[in-house]
Amino acid sequence: MVSAFQKALKSGKFVVTCEAAPPKGTNLERMAHDIELLKDKVDAINVTDHQSSVMRFPSLGGALLVKEIGGEPILQMTCRDRNRLALQADLLLASYKGIHNVLCLTGDSIMLGDHKEAKAVFDLDSSQLLGVVRKLEAGKDISGNDLDGGVSFCAGAIVTPEADPLEPQLIKFEKKIEAGAEFIQTQAVFDLDRFKKFMEYAGQFNVKILAGIILLTSAPMARFMNNNIAGVFVPQDLIDEMASAPKGQVLARGIEIAGRMIKRIHEEKMCDGVHIMAINKEELVPDIMSEAGLI
Amino acid sequence: MIRSITQPKAEKEIDLLLSGSGRIFIIGCGTCVTLTRTGGEPEVRAMQEQLSGKGKLITGHLVVPVACDNLTTDALAEYGQQIDQADALLIMTCAFGVQTIAGQLKKMVVPALDTLFIGKETAVGEYNEICTQCGTCIIGETGGICPVTSCHKGLVNGPCGGTDSGKCEIDRRKDCAWTMIYNRLADLGRLDSMRRLQPPRNYLGEPTPGKMILTEQ
Repeated sequence: MVSAFQKALKSGKFVVTCEAAPPKGTNLERMAHDIELLKDKVDAINVTDHQSSVMRFPSLGGALLVKEIGGEPILQMTCRDRNRLALQADLLLASYKGIHNVLCLTGDSIMLGDHKEAKAVFDLDSSQLLGVVRKLEAGKDISGNDLDGGVSFCAGAIVTPEADPLEPQLIKFEKKIEAGAEFIQTQAVFDLDRFKKFMEYAGQFNVKILAGIILLTSAPMARFMNNNIAGVFVPQDLIDEMASAPKGQVLARGIEIAGRMIKRIHEEKMCDGVHIMAINKEELVPDIMSEAGLI
Repeated sequence: MIRSITQPKAEKEIDLLLSGSGRIFIIGCGTCVTLTRTGGEPEVRAMQEQLSGKGKLITGHLVVPVACDNLTTDALAEYGQQIDQADALLIMTCAFGVQTIAGQLKKMVVPALDTLFIGKETAVGEYNEICTQCGTCIIGETGGICPVTSCHKGLVNGPCGGTDSGKCEIDRRKDCAWTMIYNRLADLGRLDSMRRLQPPRNYLGEPTPGKMILTEQ
């Protein structure tokens, strides 16, 4: 079975994905509102899995909500909280419920979240989880037992093109592709000349690459990311550009920058699409797309 | 040499564990905890003073040479009377020592330390955990550096996205295991070893609790 997102990836069009973060609690109103607003504008919506190790409504539940509303979900699955039994079981449930896109992640450290004393699992890693997806598709669990009723997934992973040092990341990137990744959503990129260089390398693999775009919301937010988020590097000129925005227009400046970057990636055909991360401001994704000339 | 690495429990936790025990016998150890200054002679004396200040009667104290050794039985025997008089034993050794002593004496034991890891002294005053005795050693493929132990997430297929400038996302003082492994394998011209996709780990190496009985062939 081919998912709508997989079809979009194969079509050769410039693919756009974004994120929807499940709430802390059961009030899904805002998330549903965002999904409603985004579902016809993007090719798929990633549903995050206890993002930053903060306990929330589950990604599988959020992906089901996307599906109910008529959107195309990408289920994010980390290896932090579930062992191989639980991960396989959730993949069975996801596929059964019509969720056919999965992004396989290792997951942030428990220590970065709001349940710091919890036991971290990491029974599998991201590349092994990709292997699990492919094994289930072949009709077996990873112990080799037959499945009664199968699954199908368009499976992806992430890469950090600005990691330091980069080479170990690239080895892992290649292992993810070997394990079965069809698409890659990158960590945020800001320095597009550097990203172009990365694509000269990544472009030689049989995998679709969506460049990660984070919406800058202020100069302090950009500085915070530089100091606290591994693999994210906002160049000084962009921080200055954010800082110079008149009061009340800072967010508009962020949208302008994100739109401008996407436009350049699109026009120069750097990669297969973009993954827009407008953290906590998902409702602004259409504005960013409009700024980029995509809608 | 491998060492049992400990740190003192919070004072209020020890107070809580000792509440209801008026007479205390304190035991330290002359090996690892002396080296890490958590349960040697000076620390035992300081604890004696601290507890006396709180109105506890200290029936005696003893720093055994190697608390986890079976010879500890003999050392304890010499202090039989002072130990008998105590309501509880406050033990300033690692958990190996605490359990060895607990098995010898019919007394409530209270650990004064938390045992953090079995570590190697890599420089004076610096200890690192480099092996967690997982039972399925893979360091033959990682240049002799254990990612199961040295990577915070125990990843066996390369770094996570949290690595930055060769350091770990949880602590800038901790090296990223996979940066170290990469550098070593690159030096050895053996990066092919890192490129090999490692299957899910076998956690059945030795099911907890580990046990080994040597038999004559």
